Amino acid sequence: MTADTTSGTAPEPVRFLQVGSLAAGNRLVDLSLRAVQADPDRPSGLTKGHRACRGCGEALAARVVLDAASRASDGRLVTVNATGCLEVFTSPYPESAWKVPWLHSLFGNAPAVASGVAAALHVTGRADVRVLAQGGDGGTLDIGFGTLSGMFERNDDVLYVCYDNQAYMNTGVQRSGATPPAARTATTPVVHGHGGKDMRPAKDAPRIAMAHGIPYVATATVADLHDLEAKVTRAMGLHGARYLHVLVPCPLGWGSASDEAVRLARLATQTGLFPLLEAVDGDVVATTPIRHREPVEAYLRPQRRFAHLFAPERDEQVLAAIQADADRTIARYRLDRDDDAPDDDFDLPDDDLADTGGGLP
Amino acid sequence: MVDVRIHGRGGQGVVTTAEVLALACFVEGRHAQAVPSFGSERTGAPVAAFVRVSDQPIRSHDPVEEPDIVVVQDATLLSLPSVVAGLRPGGRLLVNTHRSLPAAVLAATAGRTVTTVSASAIATRCVGRDVPGPAMLGALAAVTGVVLVDSVIAAVQDRLAGRSTAGNVAAVTEAFETTLAAVGGEARASAT
Amino acid sequence: MRQQREGSQAVAEAVALCRPDVVSAYPISPQTHIVEHLSRLVLSGSLPGCTYLNVESEFASMSTLIGASATGARSYTATASQGLLFMAEAVFNAAGLGLPMVMTVANRAIGAPINIWNDQGDSMAMRDCGWVQLYAADNQEAVDLHVMAFRLADELELPVMVCMDGFVLTHAFEEVELPTQEQVDAVLPPPPTRPVLDPAAPVTIGAMVGPEAYTEVRYLADRRHRDALRLLPLVAADYARATGRDAAGLVRTYSCEGADTVVVALGSVLGTLSDVVDQRDVGERVGVLGLTCYRPFPADAVRAAVRSARRIVVVERSLALGEDGPVAADVARALAGSGRSVSTVVCGLGGRPVTSAVLHRLLDRVARDDLPQRLFLDLDRDVVDREMQRTAALARRAEEVRS
Repeated sequence: MTADTTSGTAPEPVRFLQVGSLAAGNRLVDLSLRAVQADPDRPSGLTKGHRACRGCGEALAARVVLDAASRASDGRLVTVNATGCLEVFTSPYPESAWKVPWLHSLFGNAPAVASGVAAALHVTGRADVRVLAQGGDGGTLDIGFGTLSGMFERNDDVLYVCYDNQAYMNTGVQRSGATPPAARTATTPVVHGHGGKDMRPAKDAPRIAMAHGIPYVATATVADLHDLEAKVTRAMGLHGARYLHVLVPCPLGWGSASDEAVRLARLATQTGLFPLLEAVDGDVVATTPIRHREPVEAYLRPQRRFAHLFAPERDEQVLAAIQADADRTIARYRLDRDDDAPDDDFDLPDDDLADTGGGLP
Repeated sequence: MVDVRIHGRGGQGVVTTAEVLALACFVEGRHAQAVPSFGSERTGAPVAAFVRVSDQPIRSHDPVEEPDIVVVQDATLLSLPSVVAGLRPGGRLLVNTHRSLPAAVLAATAGRTVTTVSASAIATRCVGRDVPGPAMLGALAAVTGVVLVDSVIAAVQDRLAGRSTAGNVAAVTEAFETTLAAVGGEARASAT
Repeated sequence: MRQQREGSQAVAEAVALCRPDVVSAYPISPQTHIVEHLSRLVLSGSLPGCTYLNVESEFASMSTLIGASATGARSYTATASQGLLFMAEAVFNAAGLGLPMVMTVANRAIGAPINIWNDQGDSMAMRDCGWVQLYAADNQEAVDLHVMAFRLADELELPVMVCMDGFVLTHAFEEVELPTQEQVDAVLPPPPTRPVLDPAAPVTIGAMVGPEAYTEVRYLADRRHRDALRLLPLVAADYARATGRDAAGLVRTYSCEGADTVVVALGSVLGTLSDVVDQRDVGERVGVLGLTCYRPFPADAVRAAVRSARRIVVVERSLALGEDGPVAADVARALAGSGRSVSTVVCGLGGRPVTSAVLHRLLDRVARDDLPQRLFLDLDRDVVDREMQRTAALARRAEEVRS
């Protein structure tokens, strides 16, 4: 805001009509602070032409992750993918949407395959080539859980990114170990207005990863691409086993509008249901406080997978339980603290982004 | 072909004894195969190992059912019928004990030659631990033509290299000389 | 150099001579001595340029090798029985992706009931996985086959499984001749280049192939697999030239020329069979045919070996429930239309030793022409008859109660 002090009248407030800091591209932001995605010369490791649903959160996240990881490794990157949506919609033989070296083996072994790739690269003197593994919530936390834990325990030099859309979407929206309480899926159906997944909590992937004491664990969503890129970049600056858990709304599986993925992801963080955190060597070192707290209902209502909680009658008990979960998470990670100096008109990205300097033009 | 069966308890080095015997025969330029009777036995359970010795290459890997020689490293096993079962007429039973053998055992082994050696006592004296295998092989060299005592010593030095090598060699020698003196045995003067 | 070694250690030494880049293993009886010895070699510095991964399951060991091989590394693992089945999905995957690697299978029975002893049920259960399957008759052959397996894998761009009878061979302490490093290097040059994960030349490995192309992909895989029948003898010849040792080819024959009966078998029982055949009356004219390469099935070599035989007896060290085979089924198909009888003789299941005495009894029956289509050679008939009578009596009582 500037003021013209030379005139005698009261200064007119000047409003800048550009979009805020959460946008990928902002022409008034210094080049070094822009997202990788804002660069027309971005690597596009996951390129266009793939067969994802319109509005797919996972496709967006993977594109961002790939390009940030590519930039951080100077393009010396290989990728291992578990079976799932991402694998299926990017590799319909004879076409491929991958411009990076890409290996898909099985549903439950991406962490192990990636460990093998990393071991081979290291022992043959190519440790400068970095390994990125990718999988969905099912492939990571259920069928791939054993291999994930093994990779963590050995501290293999792999960055594992889990794209969590909270169910087995590729096969038709069946529940997984990451499906949240009350959610309707094809195997936790709603019958006569009741049902959905039981109220037991989903597997807490970040804390499981932290319990292994690995060098870096972080959570992110598609609602803040800067934050996602920064965490990928930070992870790529480290070695050993690193885990990134990304919430990726699935319009089809969640029953939400196809243009709502980013908004729903933001609501997930603003309700406290999905905390944004970073952990180093098993301990939380940073969390992102909630700027505008939202009640869980604001997040649940736009998703038909939670429609039975609102119609034909409101299920106050379940809604209260979900709110209590959110409250507990907020308390655990102190997401309601006020120690940031807020500056709502011009939010700067994290200081660390400038510090690492990596991954940005 | 000479077939040997060695009995003991898990933890007494039965497999090692078999391997040392096989190695000793190999050192002499013969062919030898040592095979444990494998299982999930824990320490203290009865175990056996087989050794086949031949001047021809040994093609078969089936277990020894009718041994020419039975070596018993732990006399408490003698109550098990399987320990002396199949021992060929004219064969040799060699038992680690300082006592005389029970009448039942002598009856079961009629027609076979029986020798005892205080291998545990010798081992304890020479090595400081009750590891009777090398002493048993020393005694074996004294009473049969299967292997020369020098070959056993060479095998012990190769296979049991470490702190106890000297002690184990001493145990072999003492058992050999003691047994030889006691039975005036059939040790070969030189390799055939 | 001739030395007295435990079979497992000899195999580990042979693998070490092949200069592996990545060894990844999970322990299971009776393979443990192989992987333990390899880990000692790596950790003692005797195998520089090799990394050893201790993984959390057999599924992980095969999966890490998929990653390693896809990155261009020479890769090795070993397993048995339950472990082989636990990694089954990944085993098929490795073959389908055309990834060279070598795995030792220390043949052990499959549960239930759980049984840690030797039979060939495990590798037989996986005979269609797309790997080349080789069977060692003794520990010398095990050593030779591992070196040849790495070369075969490189040339075919397919994984190769070397099977050896668990405990019987792995834990047998006997003489072997290990090749020298120079000899192995002569047989096993650095592998030819193939598409691997490399930022300089990105490829997509493991795409989804739909109905419009899957058949052709699999047909070509089958052609590649069968090419092992042509390649293995060539590799064996190279190995013989380098080591001066006549290494195994697709099959090994003993007294099959002019034989009236040929006994077919895989693995360690071949040694006992040869001894037994030598002890038979010459007039019986019995020969022994050992299958070294079982997959792909060497039909031509089998037909040639049994040319003169009227009767073929297949000794099965596994039980294919509900059918006569598995090996006999392959042999019978190869001989279809030739009017010869092929009998299945099941023995040695779950570690029951196949002794000379038992094999003599078999050949006595053969001599008497008293051999059914399928025979359980070492079955305790009294025990099973009693059990079947008991079951039948229970069924009758249940029937009476119902009516």
